[in-house]
Amino acid sequence: MKSFGFSIAKPRSLEIDGESLERLHRLEEKEPSFKRCFNCGGCTATCSAGQFTDFNIRRVHNLYRWGRYQELGEELRKCMLCGKCTLVCPRGVNLRHLIVSMRELLNEL
Amino acid sequence: MFHPFVIPFCIGTVALFGIIGIKFTRWIKSLDRKQITIFRQHFLKGMFIPAIKEMLLEGLFHRKVTRFSRRLGFMHRSIALGWFLLIVVGFIEATVNLKGKLHAPWYAIFYRFFEHDQFTASSRVFADIMDALLIYVLIGIGLAVAKSLYAGIMGLRKTSKLKLFDAVLRYSLWLIFPLRLFSESLTACLYKNGGFLTQYLGDLFNPMFASVMELPAWTAYSIALGLFFALMPFSRYMHIFTELLLIFFRKYGVKESEQATGYTKMELSACSRCGICIENCPMDKVLGVDTIQPVYYLRDVRNRVAKRITADNCLMCNQCQSDCPVGIDISSLRKFGRNKQELDTHDNYQYLDKIHSFNAIGRVVYFGGCMSHLTPGIVESMKKIFDAVGQKYWMMDEYRSICCGRPLLQQGFINQAAELRRKNTRLIIESHSKTLVTSCPICYQSFKNEYHLPVRVMHHTEYIAMLMQLGKLKVKPSDLKVAYHDPCELGRGCGIYEEPRRVLRELVQLVPAEREGKDSMCCGYNLGNTCLSLESQMRLRDASWQNLTINHPDQVATACPMCKKAFQHASHNSVKDIAEIVAEHLIQ
Repeated sequence: MKSFGFSIAKPRSLEIDGESLERLHRLEEKEPSFKRCFNCGGCTATCSAGQFTDFNIRRVHNLYRWGRYQELGEELRKCMLCGKCTLVCPRGVNLRHLIVSMRELLNEL
Repeated sequence: MFHPFVIPFCIGTVALFGIIGIKFTRWIKSLDRKQITIFRQHFLKGMFIPAIKEMLLEGLFHRKVTRFSRRLGFMHRSIALGWFLLIVVGFIEATVNLKGKLHAPWYAIFYRFFEHDQFTASSRVFADIMDALLIYVLIGIGLAVAKSLYAGIMGLRKTSKLKLFDAVLRYSLWLIFPLRLFSESLTACLYKNGGFLTQYLGDLFNPMFASVMELPAWTAYSIALGLFFALMPFSRYMHIFTELLLIFFRKYGVKESEQATGYTKMELSACSRCGICIENCPMDKVLGVDTIQPVYYLRDVRNRVAKRITADNCLMCNQCQSDCPVGIDISSLRKFGRNKQELDTHDNYQYLDKIHSFNAIGRVVYFGGCMSHLTPGIVESMKKIFDAVGQKYWMMDEYRSICCGRPLLQQGFINQAAELRRKNTRLIIESHSKTLVTSCPICYQSFKNEYHLPVRVMHHTEYIAMLMQLGKLKVKPSDLKVAYHDPCELGRGCGIYEEPRRVLRELVQLVPAEREGKDSMCCGYNLGNTCLSLESQMRLRDASWQNLTINHPDQVATACPMCKKAFQHASHNSVKDIAEIVAEHLIQ
């Protein structure tokens, strides 16, 4: 059977309040345009790193929201900061700054 | 020939040269190994005379300031050259009078106070020359006072805001020359030893008043000089000496390294806080952000209070660097401020090892660049051009784009950028090609200045210009009116202004923009700034667009996919890359 790359996620538990909520607010403070994202996935489709790996900016957003920082830290290292995502974003989300800000906030952990 | 009133002046002078000596030694000692090696290599090549010439041209004649604005140049020149000549001519005058005998420095400086019997023809001439020079300096001071009150007099939009200490010192500088005029006039009143100006003024005074005031006036002059000299090394006026040292080292090939060194400290101190960098800064001009310009950024770095945002909120369009009369390498200094050592990790891009090189012997390697993936028209046109001249090529990033690493480097990720450079270098070297053509000025600058590639690196405008010069490209001109936008990275970044224009002149009618060439306005989408919101970028873009379309062109041409993308939605006018225009005008 042809594999389309879809699979069912394994059961997991998320700690979505407490620290992660505060961190979300701090990220929104640093880069307010984060709130405008409507998850169209344009950034992911154009991403340079995404063409080589399973790096997925939409997933990056979710990992941050969920507070799965360990995993996120590893993901973010794949980004080449080329800026294509920022340029295609139909909502004007400053994704380059968002990624740098995320890395800065994660570094404080 | 000594009088106690010269003591403040003497203390000031000793302090000045002592502190300068200590500072210079410290800076030179902390140059890094690479810089010292380059200095040594150039040392044997006899750069001494050109270095001295440049120091004189800049230090005394203020050539670059004059190039920026003639009025401003006149102001600086009259103070610097005038004061220098006052010292030199004063020294000659004193030496002539003593028939070549050695004399103390204060003797020449306060010459009129010490020498009263001046009735020979030569001493009259000297007195008149000194007066003329004093007038020259006073005109400069007058203009400086006027400029501080209203910058528009000097043709500037704004003047830099100074901190209190610098402002106080500026007043003491302004005071020095009127005090000199006053004291010399008083002495001329008593002893008739003045030149045309001082004697004229002296005759207006009452001799009683003059005899009372003479010593206090000279003392005030000495104190003003001494105070200014002693405080000078801690103020902006230190740039007078540091700039000379900087020019000297620069002439000997010394450049900024990857990390801050003694050379960086020299550059920091060589900034004269003139504020010319504010003048054309798009961040100030369009967005009204007036805290991030080099004059303020360097001030904050000097005082160790620089915030990350001051370093980050800059387009890196290099306008300030191209205007800077001292020629400070502002981009490098800003990159030091952006250093993200704590985030900068190693081995991030192992996934790029999967890409294999292509044996491209005899072919041109074409690197579209990430942004060209969003403007497929440029890539298509380049392919058409390669085919038209029968040049085989290998497009290195045809299906998947690899970043050149410059965006990371600009944001202070030094290790990560170096890793990307290593990956790309491997691919290029293994292709065995001799030429690399790129469509993106960001990549071009990176390949040219940051990589050390054994191949010829060309931007596509250069490549097309070369093809046209060789007569390989058959094109049919049209009468379309086109304005050309100089991308920051290509123009000010790499100095490519002429090639794109040469190509366009062959094809279309080139109409000028309001500001172009090295004064071209950034499109606002420059990757150098990560903090700008889309709204601010759009305001910058609109300003740049207005500047471009002042002569109502039918089309706007650019040579950068980023600029093209930025302008695309600015208006209904079509925006084309040069490669696209060439492809449209090809004779099949």
